[in-house]
Parts: sequence; C-alpha cells; structure tokens
Amino acid sequence: MGSRASTLLREEEIEEIKKETGFSHSQITRLYSRFTSLDKGENGTLSREDFQRIPELAINPLGDRIINAFFPEGEDQVNFRGFMRTLAHFRPIEDNEKNKNAAPSEPLNSRTNKLLFAFRLYDLDRDDKISRDELLQVLRMMVGVNISDEQLGSIADRTIQEADTNGDNSISFNEFMKVLEKVDVEQKMSIRFLH
Amino acid sequence: MCTRTFWSSPGRTSPAETGLLLVLVLVLLEGSVLHAVAGASSSAADVTNHHAPTNESGHQKKPFPVLDLNYEHVQTPFEISLWVLLASLMKLGFHLIPRVSNIVPESCLLIVVGLLVGGLIRLAGEEVPPVMNAEVFFLCLLPPIILDAGYFLPIRPFMENLGTILMFAVVGTLWNAFFIGGLLFAVCQINPGYPLELHQLELLPCLLFGSIISAVDPVAVLAVFEEIHINELLHILVFGESLLNDAVTVVLYHLFEEYAGAGTVTVLDGFLGIMSFLVVALGGVLVGAIYGLLAAFTSRFTSHMRVIEPLFVFVYSYMAYLSAEMFHLSGIMALIACGAVMKPYVEANISHKSHTTIKYFLKMWSSVSETLIFIFLGVATVDGKHHSWNWVFVTATVILCLVARVMGVVGLTYIINKFRIVKLTTKDQFIIAYGGLRGAIAFSLGFLLDEVHFPKKDMFLTAIITVIFFTVFVQGMTIKPLVELLAVKKKQEAKRSINEEIHTQFLDHLLTGIEDICGHYGHHHWKDKLNRFNKKYVKRCLIAGDRCEEPQLIAFYHKMEMKQAIELVEKGGAKMPAIPSTVSMQNIQPKKAVPQERMLGQLSKGKEEEIRNILRTNLQRTRQRLHSYNRHTLVADPFEDGVILRKKNVMEKKIKEMNNYLTVPAAPPDSPTMCRARLASDPQAYSMKPTADDVPTIHVDLASPQSPDSVNLVDELKKKSEPTSDADEGLVMRAPSQNRSEESDREQQKLMRCLSDPGPNADEDEDEPFLP
Repeated sequence: MGSRASTLLREEEIEEIKKETGFSHSQITRLYSRFTSLDKGENGTLSREDFQRIPELAINPLGDRIINAFFPEGEDQVNFRGFMRTLAHFRPIEDNEKNKNAAPSEPLNSRTNKLLFAFRLYDLDRDDKISRDELLQVLRMMVGVNISDEQLGSIADRTIQEADTNGDNSISFNEFMKVLEKVDVEQKMSIRFLH
Repeated sequence: MCTRTFWSSPGRTSPAETGLLLVLVLVLLEGSVLHAVAGASSSAADVTNHHAPTNESGHQKKPFPVLDLNYEHVQTPFEISLWVLLASLMKLGFHLIPRVSNIVPESCLLIVVGLLVGGLIRLAGEEVPPVMNAEVFFLCLLPPIILDAGYFLPIRPFMENLGTILMFAVVGTLWNAFFIGGLLFAVCQINPGYPLELHQLELLPCLLFGSIISAVDPVAVLAVFEEIHINELLHILVFGESLLNDAVTVVLYHLFEEYAGAGTVTVLDGFLGIMSFLVVALGGVLVGAIYGLLAAFTSRFTSHMRVIEPLFVFVYSYMAYLSAEMFHLSGIMALIACGAVMKPYVEANISHKSHTTIKYFLKMWSSVSETLIFIFLGVATVDGKHHSWNWVFVTATVILCLVARVMGVVGLTYIINKFRIVKLTTKDQFIIAYGGLRGAIAFSLGFLLDEVHFPKKDMFLTAIITVIFFTVFVQGMTIKPLVELLAVKKKQEAKRSINEEIHTQFLDHLLTGIEDICGHYGHHHWKDKLNRFNKKYVKRCLIAGDRCEEPQLIAFYHKMEMKQAIELVEKGGAKMPAIPSTVSMQNIQPKKAVPQERMLGQLSKGKEEEIRNILRTNLQRTRQRLHSYNRHTLVADPFEDGVILRKKNVMEKKIKEMNNYLTVPAAPPDSPTMCRARLASDPQAYSMKPTADDVPTIHVDLASPQSPDSVNLVDELKKKSEPTSDADEGLVMRAPSQNRSEESDREQQKLMRCLSDPGPNADEDEDEPFLP
C-alpha cells in the first residue's frame, strides 16, 4: 500500500517465485502487498518485530515458533523470496500438478514437505528427533499454565510410547509421518489462497 | 453380536434359533388374529349393549364370568406394543441369518416383512390399519432417528464440508424439484391419447410432486450407508445433505400446497418463498440452538439428581422439534441443532452412567423407529385403496428422478470443486448420486396431501412408493458391491490416538497463525475465534465447576485413559494378581513384557499410579466419574454412589478442623475411601514393560500422600501466593496461609499434593459431593 521507491516487484522475480513455489501471478502480487503492509521499516525485509505486530499471532500458542520458522538459520531478516518459500508449504496439493520446472526435488507443498515443516516446529534443536522435552514444551504451550508438570509428563510419555517404534524414546520424522498417515494432511495443512 | 451366542455351527440352526423363529411366526399370526377378534368382540360388545337396556328393569343375574375377554380396553397400546415387538424380533431374526443380511440391506428385508404382514392382515379379511398416517410418522417415528443422528453428528467433518453440503442440499434439491416437476408436466401434456386423465394434471401439482419426491431421505440413507462403511467424507456429504434439505422441502411443499388452490404463482410469491426459506432454515436452527443451550444449562445443576439427566436431553430435544414444527419451521434442523449444540456441554456435566444411558436409549429408539418405518411402508403398500397405477407417470417419475440426480450432482460438483481444497473425484460423485435414496418422508408428505386440491393423490402415492421401492431395493442392494468394485475408500476404523489429537491441535494453531500472517481470514481463523469465545464465555456459563477450564487435550487424554482401563479390565480380568493391602510404590516388581497388542497399556506401575493420583486430584470431574462408574468396573466389589458419598462426608467432617482452603481434604490413611482408592487405583491389569531409564518413575506411597515433586509444587505455590477470592479459577494450587506452624505446613503440603481441589470454599461445600 502506498508507493515505495525501490521495492516494487519485478516481473522476472514474479516468474522466479512462480517457478519455485507454484503460486499463481495474482496470488504472488496479493501476498506481496501483504508483505509490504507488514514491512513497516520499508526496507524490503521483515524482522521478527514486524511479525509480532500482528495481533492474533500474539495470542497464538505457537506464535513464536511460527515466526521463527520464517527466518532461516541465524538470520534476523527475511525477504520476500523467503517469505513466499515458507508460505509455499501451505499451498493446496493439486492432483494433476506436473512438475513444470523439472527439478528432481519434490514441490514445496508435497505431503512430505508439509509434514517436515510441522516436524521442524517441534524439533527446535534440529537433531531430527522430537525428544520428550521438546514435546513437553509444545504441550505446555498448547495446554496453558494450569496443568501440572507431572500430568503433562504422563501425556508426553504416552505420546512417545505410541509413536516410538525403534525404542529411542523420541519421535523421528518417519515415526511422525507414520502416526499422521490417517490424518488428512493435504486438507489440514493447506490454505486456500484465493486466485 | 447375537451371532456369537446363537451360532454354534455355521449353516445349521440351533434349537434356540428355531425357537425364536417360531415365536416370530406366532407373533405375526397373533397380530392378524387379534384384529379379527377385535372386529368380532366389538360387534359382540354391541350386541350385549343392545340387550342390556331391555334387561335393566329385571337385571337378570348371569353367572359370574371367571374368564373374560375385553380387548378394546387395551387395544391401542396392545397393538402398538405388538408392532414394536414384531419390529424388534425381526431385527433379531435378520442377524441370525447372516447370509441374507450380507446381500440384502436390512431396509429391504423389513419392507418385505411389512408386505407380508399387510398381506396376512388382508388375508384375514380385515382392513389394513392406517399405520402410516403422517402424524404417527412425523411426531413419533421420525424424531428419535434424527435426534440420534444429530447428537452423534461428527461436528468437525460436518463443519469443514458445510459449504458443499449446503450446496447439495439447497441448490440440488431445488434443481431436482423443478426439473422433475417441470418435465413431468411436459410428459403429461404431450402424452397422447390413452390416459387422458394426465392432461388434467396442472403445473403446480406437478411441481409439488417434484418437491416431495426430490428430497433425499435421511432414514433411508442412514439405513443403507451404515452397512457399507464408506469413508467419512462421502458419508457426511450424503447424510448432511439429507438432513439439511428438509428446510427446502418444507418451504417448497407449503408454497406449492398453498398456491395449488389459487392456481398461479407470481414473482412476489417466489420472493416470499425465498424469504420463507431463510426463515424456516435459520429459524429452525435458532430454535434448536436455544433449546440446546437450555438443556446444557439445566445439566449444569443436575449433580444431585443424576437419574433424570438423560430425560432432560430427550425432552428438550423433543420440545425443540415440536416447537419448530409448531411454527412451520424445519423440525429436523431444529433437532440437529439442538443435539449438536448441547452435546459438548452436557457431556461435560453429566455422569458416565447418564452418558451411557443417553447413548443406548437413542440408539434403541432410533433403531426401533427405523424398523417400524420400513415395516409400515410395506404394510401401507399393500393397502390397496390408495393406489392408482399409471404406467406413464410412474416410469417417467423413476427415470426423471435418476436423471435429475445425476445431472444435479455432476453439475454442482463442477462448481464446488473450484472452491474445495480436496476435490471430489468422479468416484465420489458417483457414490453421492447413487446414494440419493428416497424414503418414508416422501411417502408421508404425499399422504398429507389434500384430496380436494389434488385429485391425483392416489397416482402420486403410487409413484412415490414405486420410487422408494426402486431406490431402496435396487440402489440399496447394489451400492455395496459397487463400492467394492470401484474400490472407494472405506471408513478408517482405528480409534483416535493421542498423537493424532495433539498433532491435529498443533496443526490447527499452526494454520491459524499462517492465516493471520497472510491476512487471510479463512476457515481456521474463524474457528479459532469461535473456540476462544466458547472457552471464555460460553463454557463458563454452561459447564459446572472447574470442568469449564479443562483444556480439550486433557479431557481427551482422560477419556482415553478411562476407556483403556475398562477395556483392559474386561480383557485381562483373569490375570489380575492378588491385590496387596498396602500399596507402596517402591515395592512394585516389574512384570514381564506383554505381547504387542498391549503396548499402549505398558506404563510402569509407578507411572500409572501417579497418573491416577494426578487425575484424581487435579481433575474434579475425574473423581466424580470414578465414583459413579469406574471404580465399579475396576474393583470387584461394587459400591453404590451413595455409600461412597456418605463415607466421604464422614471423612470430611473428620478433617474439617484442619481449616484450609481446600474443599476435599485428604482422607486419613486407613479410612475406607483410601483403602478403596488404593484398591481401585491399583492397575493390576496393566502389565509392565521394562522401564526405560529416562521415564521417571515417581514413587508415591499412598499411605502418606506426598510426592518427591512436592518441592516443585511448593515453589509453584509460593509464586501464586496471593489467595484469590474467586474460587472458580481453574486448576490453581493455593498457597497455604502464612500464619501456620511448620508442622501443619507439612500437612498442608501433603493435603494439597494429594487433593488440591481449589473449587468453592470448604464452608459451602461441606455436605455436598464434588461439584460436577
């Protein structure tokens, strides 16, 4: 909103983002205007404070983690490409989607990549396992402060017991995927970005 | 389920079954005979009545009748009971013949039985009783089925697909009605020659007929779809459509009925019709929601009168239905709204026994109703005086119904798929189109037609019955093999695990956050807002006690634990070792590992005890429910609720002088309740898996309730040391008051650790059990 001198989106960029993420032209421009409206500093990148200014995120139990997921390792600013790359995980999966860019890797919004995104939100230390502590942290955030630690501990233990097949007392990505195989992830993790 | 007891060797009927079949036949005969008797006895009564006046003066003394037959006295209830008995015996009978019930859906068999019974009655020379009159159907037979459907409606998939369902229900039914009505009129008009009577058929009656026949019937859909176990999405789509199209049907029916007399429908009438539709639909939902909230509110106070809790659920729902029908609103939608709105709150308030009662009563009534409906359909078919067969009309109707349905579904899916995340495939479309069954609602609506305005009523009825028979028999029988053939996804039978629950909630929060970041106010955003509103305001009003603060996750976990405990007891009862009189956790020896299937129950004993302790102390509800049901199943000797409550009161009085904030003080170690607690909480059914090192085994000695973690708790307590006046704060640990000696502090900690129930103050709760 408003005219910005140097941060207008160029066509080539739009094309690149389209190829990489699969969003359509109109979706990209719409999300770009959202990006710029969040970007109060007008420098083409978003910082953590910009995200935290969104009121509903403050009351979301996972707000901080979601914000962190946008920022690549160790950095404090995210540009539009990075923003779109993260959001691309939530694009609905189309049945007839052929991989136009012929890249060997899966598109960002495949089921595995969606689950990987969610997994990384649990697994903060990036050791590819959800340990009991990490699970406890998430449970604590979701359940609030009124439940005692032991109770949460029992729930966490039970969760790990159910999911853990190789006995290492933590949930690996494969176990995570297996547990969620009955859940309709394609629907649950997709946002209908209107055309 | 009956097959297990009766079916000793497959292929041969055991004596018990033959006995049952004999009973069935006897009942059938008795029914028809009694009708004849009724006719005879009434005439006999007339004769005696005639004679009586002449004998008045003389009053002859006749011998005292030792055995007398007076049938009219009990006629109506007797016949009703006989029908219900017949229906129930039929249901039993079908399950004894699994071969037949695998091929033919139950609804078909029941219609056939109805035909037989009707035939028998005709043979006996009696008039077929007008069993299928609209009042009986709409006021008595239909509500239980709809309430059962509404109360157990899976809300989440319903809401997620609400747009699709509404499209099918509203637009689809409208399309069907106008297409069928209009084309039938055309067919009748152009039909040359022979049945000249068809030319008399005007447009409006045709449209009315179209609107009656176009509605998918929830009873038939339920009856058939329950047996084929397709995946949840398709089930909820077809079923939801059959429920929500009631509003459309009601409006169209009344609209055309009103104006069929007048003869024309203007644009203004059309506009009024649309307004009326909104009023009917939204009004119905509103009425249902109001009654649902009333029921939820009432259930908040039923802690002292647990026995009548189910009654509130039933009566409020029925009243919602009747009130909606009174205003010509959609009764079905009112009933669904009532059930769906009241369920989460009522479930949180009522005892477990009441929950079971409600579930089983609803299932029982809906099952009997459904059976009766189909039998009556069969009987009403045999009743010849309402039939007038007309080949052209009937075949045209059947064909047009099919065509209209297919076209409607395909067309609508094309539009809907533009807005759906998970698109509907061709297979899905086929099942949805094929599952559009018509049923008894159409028949009853046809029955209600006024003969004067609709001279063709008999023809309509015949056509309706033919369509019903066609859909139920042909489509009902073939849908199962078709589902197999097309390899449609079946229902996932597995129970929801705690993993799924946690991750689903996690994903919900995640998606809400992403939506907020995108500025996209979608599905998750509004759901989140609704949840917050619900938690903050509504739950406080409608759920009693501290239960309103219980997070969904905890409630789910708790429910799961209970279910599992009951299951394990039922399965592994024989393996229960002797229960020691004092249980000290340190003494527990690990047992050997059990086979894979028991994996979920393999928590260490200490853990299990700890969980029970925590659940018992931190969740008020837990204690209440444990008292009312679970202790009875876990422990061999059943204790009545009253006994436990009395003993608890005794306990409370003993410790009253402790003068603490807590509502329920700890029991002295030797009190009966503590003994029972030890017994009940001893999860002997759980075998142990060798404890891993990092699973903390908390050693809790029940004799003196105190855990090593009490240190943490004390810190927690010190943090929140301001005593708040408002008792309803949720599960908050209260600090002991400052002016205490060290000695009683220790006691305090013990008590708090064991039974922290920061509910209402001790004073007001003295003689009451836990607030539910």
